[in-house]
Amino acid sequence: MSLKQNLHNLKEKYKGTKMAPAFNAIHTFLYMPNDVTRGGTHIKAADDLKRTMNIVIMAMVPCLLFGMFNAGYQHYAAIDASLRDNVLVNFFTFDNFWIGIIKVLPLVIVSYGVGLGVEFIFAIIKGHEVEEGYLVTGMLVPLIVPIDTPLWMLAVAVVFGVVIGKEVFGGTGMNILNPALTIRAFLFFAYPTWMSGDKVWVYDAVNRAVTADAISGETILGSYAQNQEVIYSNFDKFMGFIPGSVGETSTLLILLGAAFLVFTKIGSWRIIVATFLGAAVMGLIFNQVVTANIITDSSKFYGLMSTAWYEHLMIGGLAFGAVFMATDPVTASQTNTGKWIYGFLIGFISIMIRVFNPAYPEGVFLAILLMNVFAPTIDHYVVQGNVKRRLNRAKLKTV
Amino acid sequence: MALLSKKDAALLTDPLTDNNPITVQVLGICSALAITAELKASIVMAISVMAVLGVGNVVISLLRNIIPSKIRIIVQLVIVAALVIIVDLILKAFSYELSKTLSVFVGLIITNCIIMGRFEAFALGNGPWKSFLDGLGNSAGYGIILIIVGFFRELLGSGTLLGFKVLGDPIEKTGLYAFGYENNGFMLLSPMALIVVGIIIWVQRSKNKTLIEEN
Repeated sequence: MSLKQNLHNLKEKYKGTKMAPAFNAIHTFLYMPNDVTRGGTHIKAADDLKRTMNIVIMAMVPCLLFGMFNAGYQHYAAIDASLRDNVLVNFFTFDNFWIGIIKVLPLVIVSYGVGLGVEFIFAIIKGHEVEEGYLVTGMLVPLIVPIDTPLWMLAVAVVFGVVIGKEVFGGTGMNILNPALTIRAFLFFAYPTWMSGDKVWVYDAVNRAVTADAISGETILGSYAQNQEVIYSNFDKFMGFIPGSVGETSTLLILLGAAFLVFTKIGSWRIIVATFLGAAVMGLIFNQVVTANIITDSSKFYGLMSTAWYEHLMIGGLAFGAVFMATDPVTASQTNTGKWIYGFLIGFISIMIRVFNPAYPEGVFLAILLMNVFAPTIDHYVVQGNVKRRLNRAKLKTV
Repeated sequence: MALLSKKDAALLTDPLTDNNPITVQVLGICSALAITAELKASIVMAISVMAVLGVGNVVISLLRNIIPSKIRIIVQLVIVAALVIIVDLILKAFSYELSKTLSVFVGLIITNCIIMGRFEAFALGNGPWKSFLDGLGNSAGYGIILIIVGFFRELLGSGTLLGFKVLGDPIEKTGLYAFGYENNGFMLLSPMALIVVGIIIWVQRSKNKTLIEEN
């Protein structure tokens, strides 16, 4: 008997019992169900929720693989700085990937295990089908946390994010906040020592800090916030050979993912473009403030304000947030005009938080969460504006 | 004979569960968010509100027939303000550190909706004994939620209860901390109090379906 038949039989066996949603989910996750709609309208569409989610996951796989190599590369480069002289040779090695496997894979497994566990439990208690909302979240979460995040913290945060961020609002499609960012925000506020500073971004940096060969594993944003020089070139920043959260360092691969999402019409290009635009505008404004000598290099804002606007787009989580987080169709604005406003403000506010609050150098997730809350309001005014304009036109015609 | 008649007992016990001022009427949320980071502060706040509401309800009830209804709000405010000042001064005299922790929130008992609510809704129309029971019941209902929230926030946020290190010492890494456990700093921030109150409301409504509003 084939696996499909087995799953189908299991599903039939548990039909009508409490456990039914769990078996239905496993069955339809792997195969198309046997039963066919009878009577009425037949709608045939290949891009149901599961396929949509899978496409987003595929777009993220390059980032994940790169992050696994980067995990090892940052580790070894922190011990032996000469590795940085020839990045391309020293990057794609098996040693690097092995560190990635032992550090990043557990994050992925915990994220999916705990998150899907919560989803299944809720589906069984409430007696509805398991919703696929967690598939993308589960992949996003390991990519946006520091590599040394303890697994139990991740598990606690995932439970919090899925229950408080999503299930209390009614599950997939009803949430106001992006669950992955809720998880990130929970970790950030609950365990700040594990989520910021110069010890968490490179594997084993905490232990190395005790010994003599302590090399700072500060992120670029952290260094700029403290007015320090940065050793990484713009090439490194764009390619992603820099310390940071697991999968968000490589702007190149994120843009590749963005192209894939836009091509498959899953992600909104309006939001992506608007976010980068907003960030660039804010960056330019700060650059002008610096050129106009309004602040001097003694100011605590000088480091980040004098960062060139195009550099702002490459460092930190801005690109990742713009492509994979802001475009979440549930929490983003729905109208086209609204998407431009929503994206622009995300970019704009991200850079503002980055510069003005050195304690939160990673302002992107806060900006996206904030705009998630405002998205319905933006939509409301866009729709009302449209209604008003059309009413006016109708009145003019009739008069 | 029972100490309290059935009706009187209901005045005391109803606010504890099905008519809880915080979880059902959603009153007095501000102070529940602000001062529950420590269990001790929650307990003192609960007792303070109990004193103010218990005595205040009796005073209002005694004066209910001579207060002109047009100026009753201002009369209520004067009474509650006087009581709150007494409580505040007692706290400052006997437990100065704690009164600093509670800071303005003792003073803000004046604006606690539960107190004005009970004056308006109950004490103005009932005798002193009933009003006293109602005041005690409502402030106890408020206090219970405060203490539950304070318990979880202090336990998970600081790893202590009433200042005792029940989970071990985070600096010397004893107890749970030896296994890599860490305090949850989010618990000490006010938004988490709102979420804890929300979870209590959730649990309560899933136990008692009649509380769920139709919409």
